[in-house]
Amino acid sequence: MSAGQPPIDSSEIRRLTPVLGPGYTFGSVTDKISSIVLTRPTSFGWYMGFLIAFGLTGLMTVAIGWLFTKGTGIWGINIPIGWGFAIVNFVWWIGIGHAGTLISAILFLLNQKWRTSINRFAEAMTLFAVACAGIFPLIHTGRPWMAFYMFPYPSTMGLWPQFRSPLIWDVFAVSTYGTVSLIFWFVGLIPDLATLRDHAVKRPAQIIYGMLSMGWRGSARHWHRYQSAYLLLAGLATPLVLSVHTVVSFDFAIAIVPGWHTTIFPPYFVAGAIYSGFAMVLTIAIPLRKAYGLEDFITMRHLDNMAKVMLATGLIVAYGYFFEMFLSLYSGNKFDVFLVEQRLHGPYAPFYYALILCNILMPQMLWSYRLRHNVAFLFFMSIVVNVGMWLERFVIVVISLTRDFVPSAWGRYWPTFWDWATFIGTIGMFVTLLFLFVRVLPAISIAEMRELVAETSEDKK
Amino acid sequence: MEQRSHIYGVLAEFATPEQLLEAVKKVREAGYRHIDAFTPFPVEGLYEAMGLKRNNVPLITLLGGLAGGIGGFGFQYWVNTLAYPMNIGGRPLNSWPAFIPVTFELTVLGASLCAVFGMLALNRLPHPHHPVFNVHRFKHASSDRFFLCIESNDAKFHVEECARFLHDLHAHHVTEVAND
Repeated sequence: MSAGQPPIDSSEIRRLTPVLGPGYTFGSVTDKISSIVLTRPTSFGWYMGFLIAFGLTGLMTVAIGWLFTKGTGIWGINIPIGWGFAIVNFVWWIGIGHAGTLISAILFLLNQKWRTSINRFAEAMTLFAVACAGIFPLIHTGRPWMAFYMFPYPSTMGLWPQFRSPLIWDVFAVSTYGTVSLIFWFVGLIPDLATLRDHAVKRPAQIIYGMLSMGWRGSARHWHRYQSAYLLLAGLATPLVLSVHTVVSFDFAIAIVPGWHTTIFPPYFVAGAIYSGFAMVLTIAIPLRKAYGLEDFITMRHLDNMAKVMLATGLIVAYGYFFEMFLSLYSGNKFDVFLVEQRLHGPYAPFYYALILCNILMPQMLWSYRLRHNVAFLFFMSIVVNVGMWLERFVIVVISLTRDFVPSAWGRYWPTFWDWATFIGTIGMFVTLLFLFVRVLPAISIAEMRELVAETSEDKK
Repeated sequence: MEQRSHIYGVLAEFATPEQLLEAVKKVREAGYRHIDAFTPFPVEGLYEAMGLKRNNVPLITLLGGLAGGIGGFGFQYWVNTLAYPMNIGGRPLNSWPAFIPVTFELTVLGASLCAVFGMLALNRLPHPHHPVFNVHRFKHASSDRFFLCIESNDAKFHVEECARFLHDLHAHHVTEVAND
């Protein structure tokens, strides 16, 4: 669109960029999506990507093995900074997961049609991100083999967990979130597994998909109960996703450490989670649609909408940063004021400015229609936001801990090789799981795409 | 006990959801009651046309949520006041606001598990084999075809009559379903 043209109204844009390319039938969407899994040969690029990602997963296992041998001393943490990369990465990964649930649950309840072709892999992303997140709190405990102490079980010592502690709330929130995300994802998969069972030519595939689909036959009675269950799960997952990052923010907000003890944390953590999650969905969607030729299913409309959600949540996050700082200054509390000074002028100030650049300033370019429709730019922007959100977690965790109430408790934290190895290793694990996922399961919900075909053909009438 | 019929029913194939809906209405009007439809995606209005009532998944979900919530709070209450009471600065043992996050999570967990497993149980799944899978063309039920089955345990069931009736409703293929 050149600058001289009159503005296009929104219905016109919607017509120009539909949620589904033209000319698709029930059969052709089924064939196109299932063929990615069943008939398409595994490409060289897939093997190369998988190999690299799997190598990084190996790095993670080495790093964790070394950690279990030597203890947390191999990391850069030391008193007073007991929470280093482990908690930074935990919060970052959990946040990334949130967009998957938001897309699958909240957009479902709001009846947003553009959700259909992105919800499946976004949910997979949630699961894998939660898996990566779950590793960190486990291994950051000094004796990870005692981690089961956090679960309530009738021990011979008669001990029970401290239910007044946010760390125990975290255990329940994250494990509930992982479980509900898994079953939500699996329920969505059942009809598609039946499709794969019926389309598979090779016997092992028929047996495996057959067992996983549990004999789904698309009976009207089954669909009826299925839809009830799916709607209820969406309704349950919506408050759940908001609660999970709220509880994660309680890990900080319940403590009295300057910079953490603030009521703005829950909403701004949730907004930040959705922000980083949508960035990650874009990071995955853009190469995925390119590699498998899914431009008709994941259209510019999807990318545009996701960029808009990113922009909106980014503004909420910016508001959060502003008020966090304003309230610290307005309170007049000398520790809070000092912390603001430390963020702006302390040893970690470059991180803070990089965070403002990545999370607030650069995303403003998404106001431009033309840039939102530039796929390469969107990909770049999604990486920037991911980096920015990671920096936010770093700034929150590290700066507050290095500047406690008394100067004798001040310190400095720098990550070591093993910190980086564990972090990059989890990224490798995340990518490995995604590669396996697109190879063995339909990355787009086939049953819902057929529904979309039915709905869009009705729209035309 | 009645003899098990060697025919499960008569299966008709339709090309569009509209044809299927129309056929279901006609079959119901003709007085058949033991029927089932098989579709690649949930077709709006189909279950009403089949005369089906509300299902019990919401009730099971509610019960699961209540069990999770009451059980979760009750458990924390029991731990903190009876099993392992700790007096910290004289604060109340039943400090209920601190128990809310776990109570909430367990409510959601109980409701979600009950929604999914309740749905599967009511649907009698897993159920790997079913007579309709004997029909070769039934594999299209998971991609682009819509099926209607009149079951042999229907009071009015008669193979030839049903087959003729379904043919007249513009079904593409009408097949007998073997019961094995």
